[in-house]
Amino acid sequence: MEIGLGTYLALASVLFGIGAIGFLTRRNTLLQLMSIEIMLNSVNLTLVAFNRWSPGEAGAWSHQGQVFAFFVIAVAAAEAAVGLAILISLFRLRKSVESDRADLLKH
Amino acid sequence: MSGGGQLVFLICGLIALVSAVLTVSLRSPLRAAVALLAHILSLAGLYLTLHAHLLAAIQLLVYAGAVVVLFVFVIMLIGPSAMPTTEGQPRGLLLRVAIASLMAMVGGTVAFGVSTVDRPYVDIDQCAGPAAECGQFGGVEALGHAIYQQAAVPFELVGILLLVAIIAAVAVARGHTPEEKRAFEERARKKDAEAAAAAE
Repeated sequence: MEIGLGTYLALASVLFGIGAIGFLTRRNTLLQLMSIEIMLNSVNLTLVAFNRWSPGEAGAWSHQGQVFAFFVIAVAAAEAAVGLAILISLFRLRKSVESDRADLLKH
Repeated sequence: MSGGGQLVFLICGLIALVSAVLTVSLRSPLRAAVALLAHILSLAGLYLTLHAHLLAAIQLLVYAGAVVVLFVFVIMLIGPSAMPTTEGQPRGLLLRVAIASLMAMVGGTVAFGVSTVDRPYVDIDQCAGPAAECGQFGGVEALGHAIYQQAAVPFELVGILLLVAIIAAVAVARGHTPEEKRAFEERARKKDAEAAAAAE
């Protein structure tokens, strides 16, 4: 069995699908945030895999994919911090972490 | 890709898939957080098979060290209402003792096994090119060079982004103390009274 770029991309797409399904089906905001993390991680995997299969010439390596993944990790950390802060704020308001209960702007 | 790299890919990919499914399907958020931790660790292993050594370390530091801990902190802070409403039946003492002893056995085996092995060699295949540069692809020096040379401004902006995110998280999660709430209501009442006086 030959493991190439396509294998990594297939794995990453399946992981992204799992994350998307989790985000759409779960009603617990904590688990929705975790699903977002899974999706961001799968995208990082594709970036690093693409970088591995087009690394540039020896002596002048191109690290663009890894640099991009680095920034995605930083933004994901900020997203997690702000998302969890909003979650705590919502919990103070509603005494619940269900996203169905966040309907203040609905009525 | 060499046999060792294939084996690492298969093991880490399988763990990543299974733990991702567990993360989105488990009822208890705390167990989901532990499954997310396994997912992140296996992704760090996948980065190693892709010669992204520094990124694997960053993955462990940022995700396993910070994000998952933040999730667990929030679960603990919110308390029992984050948990599912219907708890499963508590399992017997025998099962718990069996699992604990199994974990202790595995831990002991790993600890004693590591102590007797001298210089474990993980066979991850080499990239094409001279050995001196190959060791550098994805390493600290090369990636740091790339970040600071090609993306210096975005790197600084990420610093600002993280600062803003910290301030926003504190501001959103802090809430209002009773004194602040009272002062706010007082101000609103005064404004209402002024509006009423102006209308007359």
